[in-house]
Amino acid sequence: MDDNQEQQDFDGMEDGSHLSADEERLLGELGLFGATRREFLGQSTAAVLGTFAFGLLAQEEALAQLAPSPGASMAPTPRLENAVRVLLKINGAPQRLEVDSRMALLDLLRERVGLTGTKKGCDQGQCGACTVMVDGRRVLSCLTLAASCEGKDVTTIEGLAKGDQLHPMQAAFIKHDGFQCGYCTPGQICSAVALLQEARNGDASHVTADVRARGRNINLSEEEIKERMSGNICRCGAYPGIVAAIKEVQSGTRTAQTWEFASDERIALAMNDGAINDGGRRTDEII
Amino acid sequence: MARYIGKEMSRVDGFAKVTGRAKYAAEFKVPNLAYGFIVTSTIGKGTIRSIDTTEASRAPGVIGVLTHENYPKPAPPAAPELKPEENRNVRDKSFRALVSNQIFFNMQPIALVLAESFEQARYAARLVRATYNEEKPMTDLESSLDKARLANPSRPPRPRGNPTEAFAAAPVKVEAEYTIPIEHHNPMEPHGAIAFWEGDKLTVFDKSQGVYVVRQHLATSFHIPPENVQVISPFVGGAFGSALRPNYYPALTAMAARVIQRPVKVVYTRQQMFTGHGYRPHTWQKVSLAAERSGKLTALIHDSKNNSSSFEDYVENTTGMPRTLYACPNALTSAQFVHTDMSTPAPMRAPGAVSGMFALECAMDELAYALQIDPLELRLINFTDVDPDSGKPYSSKALRECYRLGAEKFGWSKRNPEPRSMRDGRLLVGWGMATGIWGAFQQPASARVALKSDGTAHVSSATADIGPGTYTVMTLIAAEYLGLNAEKVKFELGDTRFPRAPVQGGSFTTASVGSAIYEAAQNIRQKLMDLANKEASSPFKTAKIEDTELLDGKLVLKGSSQSVDIFALMRRNNLPELVDVHEARPSREREKYATGAHGAQFVEVKVDPATGVVQVTRAIEVTACGKIMNPKTSHSQEIGGVVWGIGMALQEATEVDHRYGRIMNPNLQHYHVPVSADIHEIETMFVEEDDKVVNPLGVKGMGELGMVGIPAAIANAVFHATGKRIRDLPITPDKLL
Amino acid sequence: MKSFKYSVAKEPTGAARTVSANPTAKFLAGGTNLVDLMKEYVERPSEVVDVSRLNLAQIRETSNGISIGALAKNSDTANHPLVRQNYPLLSMAILAGASAQLRNMATNGGNLMQRTRCQYFYDTAMPCNKREPGSGCGALEGLNRIHAILGHSENCVATYPGDMANALYALDATIRVRGTNGRDRLIPVQDFHRLPGDTPQKDNNLAHGELIVAIEIPRNNFAAKSYYLKVRDRASYAFALVSVAAALEMRGDAIERARVVLGSVAHKPWRSVEAERVLIGKPVTVETFEASAEAALKDAKPLEHNGYKVELGKRSIVLALQRAMSGEVA
Repeated sequence: MDDNQEQQDFDGMEDGSHLSADEERLLGELGLFGATRREFLGQSTAAVLGTFAFGLLAQEEALAQLAPSPGASMAPTPRLENAVRVLLKINGAPQRLEVDSRMALLDLLRERVGLTGTKKGCDQGQCGACTVMVDGRRVLSCLTLAASCEGKDVTTIEGLAKGDQLHPMQAAFIKHDGFQCGYCTPGQICSAVALLQEARNGDASHVTADVRARGRNINLSEEEIKERMSGNICRCGAYPGIVAAIKEVQSGTRTAQTWEFASDERIALAMNDGAINDGGRRTDEII
Repeated sequence: MARYIGKEMSRVDGFAKVTGRAKYAAEFKVPNLAYGFIVTSTIGKGTIRSIDTTEASRAPGVIGVLTHENYPKPAPPAAPELKPEENRNVRDKSFRALVSNQIFFNMQPIALVLAESFEQARYAARLVRATYNEEKPMTDLESSLDKARLANPSRPPRPRGNPTEAFAAAPVKVEAEYTIPIEHHNPMEPHGAIAFWEGDKLTVFDKSQGVYVVRQHLATSFHIPPENVQVISPFVGGAFGSALRPNYYPALTAMAARVIQRPVKVVYTRQQMFTGHGYRPHTWQKVSLAAERSGKLTALIHDSKNNSSSFEDYVENTTGMPRTLYACPNALTSAQFVHTDMSTPAPMRAPGAVSGMFALECAMDELAYALQIDPLELRLINFTDVDPDSGKPYSSKALRECYRLGAEKFGWSKRNPEPRSMRDGRLLVGWGMATGIWGAFQQPASARVALKSDGTAHVSSATADIGPGTYTVMTLIAAEYLGLNAEKVKFELGDTRFPRAPVQGGSFTTASVGSAIYEAAQNIRQKLMDLANKEASSPFKTAKIEDTELLDGKLVLKGSSQSVDIFALMRRNNLPELVDVHEARPSREREKYATGAHGAQFVEVKVDPATGVVQVTRAIEVTACGKIMNPKTSHSQEIGGVVWGIGMALQEATEVDHRYGRIMNPNLQHYHVPVSADIHEIETMFVEEDDKVVNPLGVKGMGELGMVGIPAAIANAVFHATGKRIRDLPITPDKLL
Repeated sequence: MKSFKYSVAKEPTGAARTVSANPTAKFLAGGTNLVDLMKEYVERPSEVVDVSRLNLAQIRETSNGISIGALAKNSDTANHPLVRQNYPLLSMAILAGASAQLRNMATNGGNLMQRTRCQYFYDTAMPCNKREPGSGCGALEGLNRIHAILGHSENCVATYPGDMANALYALDATIRVRGTNGRDRLIPVQDFHRLPGDTPQKDNNLAHGELIVAIEIPRNNFAAKSYYLKVRDRASYAFALVSVAAALEMRGDAIERARVVLGSVAHKPWRSVEAERVLIGKPVTVETFEASAEAALKDAKPLEHNGYKVELGKRSIVLALQRAMSGEVA
């Protein structure tokens, strides 16, 4: 995959100049593009930025003023053993850092650069919460040594939106309620965005019927999306919403609504119905 | 016109969550931070003979090492090592770290290493060396069932009717034992805290389902007034019951911060999660059911035993809800515990109910086959609209509707009851169902509602949002009853600066906190009407408060075109804001009724007869839990319940090597939870109930309800598919070969 | 994690020499297993030589088949047109393993070096002869549901957990290894991994410092009739309870060549020549497949909690052979 392919695609989307007619139509339908896109976002999120910014950011800013206690204990030997100098790009911005050779990219992001959007779920490569894109491909930042990232281009969840303009995948996750607690969400979204490119490349998966048959720009079935997203655990169980979001962004296919209210008429009808199952009233031996 | 209840609303915290801006406990930027790393025991029972921290202390970057030998005194007022009689008057008997040399469970914390960086702390933790006086731990419930006892022996189980006699006399009966292993919550966010002191004032960012509980715990731990402690928990990355109690790490983190006089961050590793916050206990249950040939139940005997720790009497209430579900005149239920050398269990999503209902609803399926009656028909035959123990009528219980609508939606009438009779190609198809039941609880809760003359409102309450959508539903309720556009409402939670709210648990948050906001909004409306009535032109002079409503920024006389612009009214009175801080409490009216939330759950499984692999290909949740506030997030709760039910039925088990009393799969590679590929069609139908007895909003809990019947429904479907009755969860492929 | 010196290797022979010179040095490629084990303090290298930037990621056709660079990523290997077309069994096996993210990181060489997922190996508080020779085997009489039923010893009942290697065993791969002398050595894949015997600490027959540079697979006629079956506790992102790499080549109605390799039943991928022999020259019937499966498992010695693997292994072989035939089974 080209370096930054995804970023380019997204850049293109901002003014619509690089979208195919199909893509444009799809995004229009999604409510994710142009005026409709802004409208969609406005409906669901406009006021929200303020809501969550005002309390928490103020609190953090106040914390920055926290003076160290005169009695604070410091390590007698604070030196870094085996420091490694590394220059990498994070969300487009070059970062030159000296890191402990043991530091994982995940800890570099969270503890050094302050990009806490990337989550630590298991720290062992077993949950996917720490998924980021390195040179355009989804990887686990918990098992990536920061020292090995020299010259790499890292994209995190913080690098997907352009200001307050969400990446279509982010918007689709909101639309389809593809999360609850939100902790696995950045990893899910990074994974899903990288997945789009894998589908364009025509990559196969474990559930691909015939790996010998190849093609590009494949429309992923739900089964394919589920398999390809199985490296991202969501303990809240928001999987159906996640799959619906990806499906809509990936192929423009909408998933049928799977909830309903029982109408009074339907209730009345059901309650007047007689037997639940005639098969169950049989008198012959069953077991 | 802004009306929100019952309509889909996207999460108001969605933007924050999809952009990575939502801050979880361990993510706040605090200057001069030190990192703590917990060291855990390698034995399951005994005492620490010696603990050598010399090498660890010398490692680069290390600030210090806390152990029981240097942990500051006085020790907290309650601790496992205190004898029960000394603990009697202390409510918080939870395990505290580093207060003695005793080992109560394997992977118990024995030291905390503090260093300048995470990497340095993690390494030095490996250099702490302990030697032990080791004793043989006992961690196996099933080998010690004879040691089970009641939490309160002075209150033995009370029978309803005469169950023993009825059981003996019945023409049809089933009796079976069901076992469920220990399960762990495994929220995606590991528990963690950041603590710092400013003089004798303590601030803690914690992952918590109830900040006031943690505040009290810390105040007690440090002998300081609760007002000196601020606990902040704006986002919680899943909890499912694991953050209800104050776990051992917040006090440990705060103590470390006090000792080194620096902010300290401590986060559990995934392994440490397995002994750091409790778990669903191992249960053994025996259910005996008797019925007349017509299917009418005549006796229910339900015996349950679960493991607890050696220092707390934790009883899993598996029998409470099953006991009242059916119209059975004779019942005896008993829930007992066994002390084991494990950490103390904790509530885990649908605690007690999902375990108990797994046993009862599987037994009902077994009875249905014994009776040759359709399993769903059997439930309808035994439906009750009164609580069989108290005789009180249910305030609402649309369970029959759920059964029938679910059957229709699922296509139940096409079910051939014979096991192994339905196929999809080479796969065996099974259809199963079960009943879901949960409470319709309400707890006292407070909220502050401030209506501002600029057209906005600021609402706050110290509740939590562990994922159900509390931010959203509270915003929705406030907007609805203040008559504002939802975008004008800011709702905040998770901070002890806000009015007191109960923990987020028991599926009672919307009923409790929502009612507080609703009632506060009513009070604001009254204040607005009073204000309006001070003006000569008021259209409300003769109106009653019930005749008015707030809508689109106006106080409106219902059924008329007369209204007053409330913000202009406030400005005319020089009122920048109108504030109401209100506590809502359950009404007296509730006492006249039995209350509960109910549902019917249907699943289809497909089983590979060659490999024993089970897929849950379809699940239908039909739910009667009062009024649905936000169907979008409610549906997600039901989906989550199904996913959890699938995990419990097919995958989840914490494995203990009883020789060592040690959990051997404390990770996500061997402790399996469902992944996306395990989850197929999940559909929800809401059967709304109009029930103002339970609370003024008419809402009942649903976070737990959606899970309760699923494991039983799956096990029943697996029986239908394969003819194999698996009574020992999880139903892994090896059990179906 | 112990502190270690980190360096980036410039060329393979130099990397081999650097590691060879330090008994506690390790190669780092994708890091998906090593970094995890370092965090768990199971691996404690004092020096890590990052070989991931070596020019060893090519996948190319050779006169005799295909050469796959040791540092090609699992995902690139599984999706390479040559592999998908001519060695679909390898694609299927790789894609059955781990997750998309891990396959994007993991290299082929590293995958061969993957260590066991035995719980006792992972937990430094527990006895494990593989991790700490002489400390005993915790799993032998402990929790051993996921452990070996073939080729184990009383010193170790761990399994090799990977998927890719099972396909490589079926495809007669050769592992090309660079030594400190700059010369390559070729190891037939079935001689690469070891059985535990009384030295379970040694997973394979590489000398310390030897670096895998390529995997070579000869041309074969299995592409049309091969299948990788993986049975696990959940539908994805889990290690196998049992897996089977099956491949058949037909001559008319009879089986000309066959490969049957079981995964997650032994300390190495378990190719059953006995099972293959049963198939040769026979027509394709369920009975033939069942006889083959019986032969594969006849020496199985299950432990207390993994007896099911014997039956599951047999059934999985039959199913995998059927799938390899795409259902053309009478």
